[in-house]
Amino acid sequence: MAAQGLNGARERLVVIGNGMAGCRAVEEILARDATRYAITIFGAEPRVNYNRIMLSPVLAGEKAFEDIIINTQEWYDANGITLVSGDAVVSIDRATCTVTSASGRVEAYDRLLIATGSEPFIIPVPGKDLEGVVAFRDLDDVDKMLAAADKGGDAVVIGGGLLGLEAAHGLSLRGMKVTVIHLMPTLMERQLDEAAGFLLKSELERRGQTILTGADTAEIIGEGGKVAGVRLKDGREIAASIVVMAVGIRPSTALAKSAGLTVERGIVVDDHMVTSDPAILSVGECVQHRGTCYGLVAPLWDMCRSLAEGATGGEAPYSGSVTSTKLKVSGIDLFSAGDFSGGEGCEDIVMRDAARGIYKRVVVKDNRLIGAVLYGDTADGSWYFDLLKREEDISDIREALIFGQAFAQGGGALADPNAAVAALSDDAEICGCNGVTKGKVVDTILGGACSLDMVRSQCKASASCGSCTGLVESLLALTLGDEVKSGPKTMCKCTSFSHDDVRRQIVEKELKAIPAVMQALTWKTPDGCASCRPALNYYLLCAWPGEYVDDQKSRFVNERMHANIQKDGTYSVVPRMWGGVTTPNELRAIADAADKYEARLVKVTGGQRIDLFGIKKEDLPAIWADLNAAGMVSGHAYGKSLRTVKTCVGSEWCRFGTQDSTGLGIKTEQMTWGSWMPHKFKIAVSGCPRNCAEATIKDFGVICVDSGYELHVGGNGGIHLRGTDLLCKVETESQALDMCAAFIQLYREQAWYLERTAPWIERVGLDYVKAQLLDDPEAVSRLAARFRYSQQFMQDDPWARRAAGEDAELHQHLAEFRPFPKPRLLENAQ
Amino acid sequence: MIGAPVTGEWIDIGPVTQISPGNARTLPVQGGEEIAIFHTMDNQFYALVNKCPHKHGPLSQGIVHGTVVTCPLHSWNISLKTGEAQGDDKGCVPTIPVRVDAGRIYLLREALVTARAPEKAA
Repeated sequence: MAAQGLNGARERLVVIGNGMAGCRAVEEILARDATRYAITIFGAEPRVNYNRIMLSPVLAGEKAFEDIIINTQEWYDANGITLVSGDAVVSIDRATCTVTSASGRVEAYDRLLIATGSEPFIIPVPGKDLEGVVAFRDLDDVDKMLAAADKGGDAVVIGGGLLGLEAAHGLSLRGMKVTVIHLMPTLMERQLDEAAGFLLKSELERRGQTILTGADTAEIIGEGGKVAGVRLKDGREIAASIVVMAVGIRPSTALAKSAGLTVERGIVVDDHMVTSDPAILSVGECVQHRGTCYGLVAPLWDMCRSLAEGATGGEAPYSGSVTSTKLKVSGIDLFSAGDFSGGEGCEDIVMRDAARGIYKRVVVKDNRLIGAVLYGDTADGSWYFDLLKREEDISDIREALIFGQAFAQGGGALADPNAAVAALSDDAEICGCNGVTKGKVVDTILGGACSLDMVRSQCKASASCGSCTGLVESLLALTLGDEVKSGPKTMCKCTSFSHDDVRRQIVEKELKAIPAVMQALTWKTPDGCASCRPALNYYLLCAWPGEYVDDQKSRFVNERMHANIQKDGTYSVVPRMWGGVTTPNELRAIADAADKYEARLVKVTGGQRIDLFGIKKEDLPAIWADLNAAGMVSGHAYGKSLRTVKTCVGSEWCRFGTQDSTGLGIKTEQMTWGSWMPHKFKIAVSGCPRNCAEATIKDFGVICVDSGYELHVGGNGGIHLRGTDLLCKVETESQALDMCAAFIQLYREQAWYLERTAPWIERVGLDYVKAQLLDDPEAVSRLAARFRYSQQFMQDDPWARRAAGEDAELHQHLAEFRPFPKPRLLENAQ
Repeated sequence: MIGAPVTGEWIDIGPVTQISPGNARTLPVQGGEEIAIFHTMDNQFYALVNKCPHKHGPLSQGIVHGTVVTCPLHSWNISLKTGEAQGDDKGCVPTIPVRVDAGRIYLLREALVTARAPEKAA
């Protein structure tokens, strides 16, 4: 093939696409053999080749079009290239080896290069064709956005990926009020993990953009043929004079497909970018190489090199690219590369510096770096990317890897974090929040503080944001060697803070979301674990009633399904029976439900209610609807919450009864049902000291006596039987109810998650609990008021919401797969 | 997806938006095992036979953290990538290759049909 070039008659190379890939490929070919091909380039846009990825700075006003031109007309002329711009190729005839353009121009080729790139994906909603709906793909789109921005007003960007956020940033800088609508819960979810996505969202909101995640567009609203706004599927409407669709790109393959080339997601190419027709090459975002389509610029350069080698008789196969991403929004540093999904054999190294708003995560597998996400400080992004691409063994620098290149490659002593801390001067500040120097921390340790917690309480180092925890731990190790006392039970392996510290800081720092807590308290894992997520969810729910939005995915299955999972994966259902009192109607409804949903066991529980076993998850909303219809609500038999209030019949019926224990039990249950707590919570009210309701093994027990009510706390009939302690005696029902509310709230606010009242009281002491409730005459009313405030958001029957269709997907299969039965093999016939 | 490219027929089970991050949903297979499809907080998708290797607990109902799911019955931690029990627990549940393309989830047919639950641990 090379012989043709030597014969003088140049081979004809026709390039479809005057974009970055097409031109780069031509440059690479020219660099290898400038005389081999006579080149013609077709471009659909009426202009020379420019750097498409720099459209964002053009929109933002940071660059002009002239600044982003890659090849001027002189370049085409100097290399003898014919540029046909503003005239798209509309067909390829492989039989005659010709292409035809929109204007009817026919060009013959020996080799054809398809570099048609990609096209924006337009979501098929009503109104997508209105004037004012634009993509963000070429300079024409930018011009339309600039024209809209000149008039000011509202803009909506659909798509919170890289492109969408850059468009939003540009429009925002141009003075528009921008709302970003993103389908997924995390911005840039393909490049960022939840933690970094949360930080990005917070920062963009701080800059005045409105970010709606988990938002699905239903329709683009028009007025006189022009865009007027966007309506979401949940009914919200957002006004807009321009709507930018930036939900993604699709390889532009129509031309190749109609020419009969092998096209899957993209145009299928080999390692030298040759398509299923050996005369036709393809490169860029339109291709699919080894099953992968790329939407970023970096792989282009590698592809073009391999293409040029192949097209000029050389060999340098393309083997795919590892890509990295940087967001081009000024002032926001964000970088991601490789695979950061973690998992088997992977170790996450996470560093969070809450004070400076930094989150760094690198993923290591088999002593190699395989992924990185950096937010706030991306200086080491290229270094990590380099380590990743070169698959370098990082075992020597592993300890210091997360601190970046300067630290990790400081070599020898510096690569050991302890040694690095040892090298600091005594005046060096360890804790920025509390202004504590290294000297002071060391003095505190020498003065007897032998654990992290003691250092924290004595000199305050690492007691606030906690980002210097690692430094303090190093100082402990350096100063005391083996004598370091491991701190008192941290919440879990994801954090160095105890439950109490986490709860205190949630309130002090006004942290109102799980990712916010993880960032501010420098969590060591990206998204926590099965222990800390439910605990944090509860702590936030308790600290911010009415404000915090419950995180379903951080709840144990029973609380997510509002029923108790059984060993066979079915559920048991327990409707509430106030004070253990029921009616014939309720019993009939329960019996009907048991029949209808084929309950395999109907069991009276220890808490004076009826439990229906063997209910399928798909049937739960329906059985709840039936029980609701008979006036019954969820019994919360599944929750870390108020379970039942057990009663005896009391003075109304019993000849020994001293008070209306049933009535008080019902009032107590009506006051306390629905409240989330650190653990399950049981109440009982007995009408006399014979104690038929077994009140002295409950979390809160009332024993009625002639002169009033004895209130008992901290009982437990579980693994460790514990009788209650007498808290106090009160004279009236309303005092008993207030004390119950106050005690529950104290427990809710102070116990650790999954700590029942019995171990809690043993830990803090009965005297402490009594002092909190009884010393200050106002304490009970304050605590009770906080409990009642919180209850107004909690007493909302979760069964009724599910029965009405909320979270329906939790109860439904995704689909059902019925493989077509295979024809039976004729094994027996042989 | 892990390891070498997997080939075969891919079954489209619908858009990615059907499963929110941190959650899982189920796909019964007639004549086979129920499959749990997970969407992690990092926006990766994984599919496993919906039975914990321990006592066959429904993994789809567990809490997802990183690329691990904690079984709702006895808190075994199962890797979504390999199906292996983590830590000191021993056991493995079959994984089903998943591909996400243009916003839709695809599962490998062959694996869907042939996957079988492990024996319950003693």
